[in-house]
Amino acid sequence: MRPEVAVSVVGLGKSYRVGRRGYRPNTMTEASLERLRHPLRRVGYEHFRALEDVSFDIEWGQAVGIVGRNGAGKSTLLKILTRITAPTDGRVELAGRMGSLLEVGTGFHGELTGRENIFLSGALLGMRRKEIQRQFDAIVDFSGVEKFLDTPVKRYSSGMYVRLAFAVAAHLETEILAIDEVLAVGDAEFQAKSLAKMRDVAKNGRTVLYVSHQVQTVTALCTSAIYLDSGRIGYHGSVDGALERYRASYASFAAEQSDAARRPGSGELRATAVRLTDEAVEPAEDKVLEIDIAANPEMVGTYYVSCHINDANGVVVVQCDSRNVGRWLDPREPQRATLTIRALWLKPGRYSVDVFVCKTGVLDGWQGAAVFDVLPVSPYPTLAGDEALGRGVVLSDFSYSSEVREVGE
Amino acid sequence: MSAGSGAPAPRSSQHTVIVPPGRFALPRPRELWEAREVLYRFGIRDVVLRYRQTVIGVAWVLIQPLAAAGIFSIVFGQVADLSSQGVPYFAFTYVGMLAWNLFSGVVSRSAPSLVSNQALVSKVFFPRMLVPLGTVASVLLDFVVALMLAVVLLIGYGINPGWPVLLLPVWVLLIVMVATGIGLVASALQVRYRDVGYFLPWAVQIMLFASPVAYSVAEVPERLQRLFSLNPLTWYLEEFRYSLLAQPAPPVWQIVASVVLAVVVLFGGSVAFQSWERDFADVI
Repeated sequence: MRPEVAVSVVGLGKSYRVGRRGYRPNTMTEASLERLRHPLRRVGYEHFRALEDVSFDIEWGQAVGIVGRNGAGKSTLLKILTRITAPTDGRVELAGRMGSLLEVGTGFHGELTGRENIFLSGALLGMRRKEIQRQFDAIVDFSGVEKFLDTPVKRYSSGMYVRLAFAVAAHLETEILAIDEVLAVGDAEFQAKSLAKMRDVAKNGRTVLYVSHQVQTVTALCTSAIYLDSGRIGYHGSVDGALERYRASYASFAAEQSDAARRPGSGELRATAVRLTDEAVEPAEDKVLEIDIAANPEMVGTYYVSCHINDANGVVVVQCDSRNVGRWLDPREPQRATLTIRALWLKPGRYSVDVFVCKTGVLDGWQGAAVFDVLPVSPYPTLAGDEALGRGVVLSDFSYSSEVREVGE
Repeated sequence: MSAGSGAPAPRSSQHTVIVPPGRFALPRPRELWEAREVLYRFGIRDVVLRYRQTVIGVAWVLIQPLAAAGIFSIVFGQVADLSSQGVPYFAFTYVGMLAWNLFSGVVSRSAPSLVSNQALVSKVFFPRMLVPLGTVASVLLDFVVALMLAVVLLIGYGINPGWPVLLLPVWVLLIVMVATGIGLVASALQVRYRDVGYFLPWAVQIMLFASPVAYSVAEVPERLQRLFSLNPLTWYLEEFRYSLLAQPAPPVWQIVASVVLAVVVLFGGSVAFQSWERDFADVI
């Protein structure tokens, strides 16, 4: 391994054993009963490859984002690198101490006081006692709970709990740090503080691996990125390159999903077509979606439809569930459901629609069923430039009014 | 945002290689030593949790063996009218309970430990062995408290154990080793098969009556003597009474066997545990 390399991964693979038809004995009795019933059958397992032939090198001082769709193997990769789970093939070399932040509040116990939890959680995260003692004041300071240090954390508000938990994690000083989207906690001020803290980590020549769905955070934190596609490396290089592949994956995924047989869900009922009456709308216009659903004469009861509108980064902007408006459909007849979204001002950009047909479980889950564009025009009465539009996830129908205030003497 | 290209590589204090696990794995002492702080914190946690929000706290540790010894002396000493080799029956059973609680405490607290710490096992890496090992501390603390009461009892009854008392730490160590070995295997098995959680407490309960805790081996009928002397718990109980109650020393073969067994069980338990460890996060 070259000296400038902090993490070296060669031919890494991980398969999970999936039982036949989801069967997996949980007790010895079950296991031996199954044996008795089929004495000659070899226990056949299906294997699910979560990671396949993954190789990469990461140099010191890099902050690497790991992006990919759900189930692409991001978390599995992180769990192998942090030794929580073992690989099936391949080899990983770490040239330093690896710390992992896969959840907020590792090892926290409600009955223990804040002080006791700092030491327990710190130790579990891999800090030595001297390190914790040295950092103790900084941790307490960062969390802002000094008044409650000797109170059991079960009496903390959830905000205090999370702040203390993150503060311990943020002061972990291992040479390599693996982080799984734990940043999205606390109020806005605390999030900004956490983000700044994470950014500092890579500056000291340490190495950060960061798994996220949040494109904004990856752009803000990372110097390079890896795009994972069904367990394989799809791209390793610049952040922009990886994010481009990540976004493009939504399009190719949509094509694949139009084949009903490959979609998740029980399949008792399938949506046959989903279209927008207008595929390019202005931000403030109504968005009208038509969903055709086949009939199944054997089904009893009624079902409902739920549509998710996602932005280009995969963030679900809104969920429109027909249960919310009391609309249930009859499965014995083919149906055309029309969804009209009013009073949602979307920002310009490309959006995708996930359609779920459900009864007690999901009958049909069609992700990326339709795509539409919101045109780059401002819905606001006055043009104020990009700076006045850039922040936020959606736009909104707002107004200001003002009056001259009498200043009392 | 550049992180400063060519940033100096931090001094690597450690170089780790991760490869697929083999069939058998030996415990890694260096790794355990590195993570000793975790063991210490687990110990503290268990001790603190046991006594926080209880009214009489530590007294529970004394009440349990006292009550058990009291009941046993009434049932076995009075009702069944068994002899206790010239020692007051109460002291005789109390010392038996002392050894027994050490054994059963370690086994029954370590066995469910991995399952009850599921969140940790699937979210952070540290040598998993520390979870069951961490339970030993709180049992030892209970033992020390109960032992102090035993000293008071011995003085009260005017029993002078003599020099053999110096061997007591050895017997304590042996019992802890055996119990820990069993606990390691049981906790690892319980990750995969929850049956262990039902079987083990029941087995421990039965062993309490199948071992000479509340009665003396001398009271066992001749034809069952051989069976009893093959029960390893008999060896450890006899050793305890030898050291605390001025009883005759157990036969040499039993002492040798008890040492060999402790080493074998602990070693076997930790190898089994270590070999299964890498799968825990996937099946727990």
